[in-house]
Amino acid sequence: MSFTPTLVAPREEFVPPGPGDFNLPPIGPHDTFTFLGQEMYLGVTKPMLMLVLSAVLIFVFFRAASAKRAMVPGKTQYIGEMGYGFVRNQLGRDIIGSKDFMRFVPYLFALFFFILLNNFFGSIPFIQFPAFSRSGMVYSLALMSWIIYNYVGVRAQGGVLKYLKHQCVPQGVPVAILPLLIPLEFMSNILVRPVTLALRLFANMLAGHILLILFALGGEYLLLHGSLLVKPVGLLAWVLFIAISFLELLVQFLQAYVFTLLNAMYISGALSEEH
Amino acid sequence: MAIEGSANMIGYGLAAIGPGVGIGLIFAAYISGVARQPEAQGRLQTIAILGFALAEALAIIGIALAFVL
Repeated sequence: MSFTPTLVAPREEFVPPGPGDFNLPPIGPHDTFTFLGQEMYLGVTKPMLMLVLSAVLIFVFFRAASAKRAMVPGKTQYIGEMGYGFVRNQLGRDIIGSKDFMRFVPYLFALFFFILLNNFFGSIPFIQFPAFSRSGMVYSLALMSWIIYNYVGVRAQGGVLKYLKHQCVPQGVPVAILPLLIPLEFMSNILVRPVTLALRLFANMLAGHILLILFALGGEYLLLHGSLLVKPVGLLAWVLFIAISFLELLVQFLQAYVFTLLNAMYISGALSEEH
Repeated sequence: MAIEGSANMIGYGLAAIGPGVGIGLIFAAYISGVARQPEAQGRLQTIAILGFALAEALAIIGIALAFVL
């Protein structure tokens, strides 16, 4: 698949969409610079603006929802409370336990709504681009999550060695298997976790959006450039495009929920006593 | 007979067998659990969604890398 954009000019032959379509140029001058062998844009691109816009929108909405702390909530306050309550109860208290979950609720709450709104940007008209289909943004979230759960674990277990022992040596295992199990657990719990966390969100957003583009472009090509008997297939492609858009809405919500849920589970696993 | 195109999609098709079976098993267990004890639906739903996302991750990584590589 190509890395050059395919959505630019009309043509006779069908060129399938690829990851190159996600390479949005910056607003303004197209200067680039090289960093570690990669060419990076010097200006401000659309995904960057989307991240800032989502943060501002979330802040404004929840500020407005908590402005009048009425005992009988109005509509905005009710929706805000429902959202906050969902994260605090289902993702905080039920996973981390009722003893010290309140410390992590701000992080989980901000993470959940940030990812949710940025995912939904992929389905909102005029913005149709999920910001987390650019992998750099997802890996930064995964790095933050990795730092948080390791730091919390080291603090709770009392030292780096004790924390590593807690993570890599499971209970009730015969000693003979330990040399095989410890590197496996170390890789699985400490090295691979942020990668799979990030890759899950990024690949879901990328694949889902490529699917949508494929149906839209394919339907248009079949309708305009196909022979007469082939044209209804183009219409069918567009009907399926609508159906898959609904599936994409579900996947976007689910991926935000699962990212936050896994974060809560990693924190809970790092904090837990010996079971 | 010559098949055109890249082998990426054949690889993705093979890679999607495992997650398909896995997700089927997970939701079969969830449905059994709720059938035996309907009050447990809330607690089991969290675990089912978590298991679904972990099993689906491999299939999604498959299709994303099929496009990228």
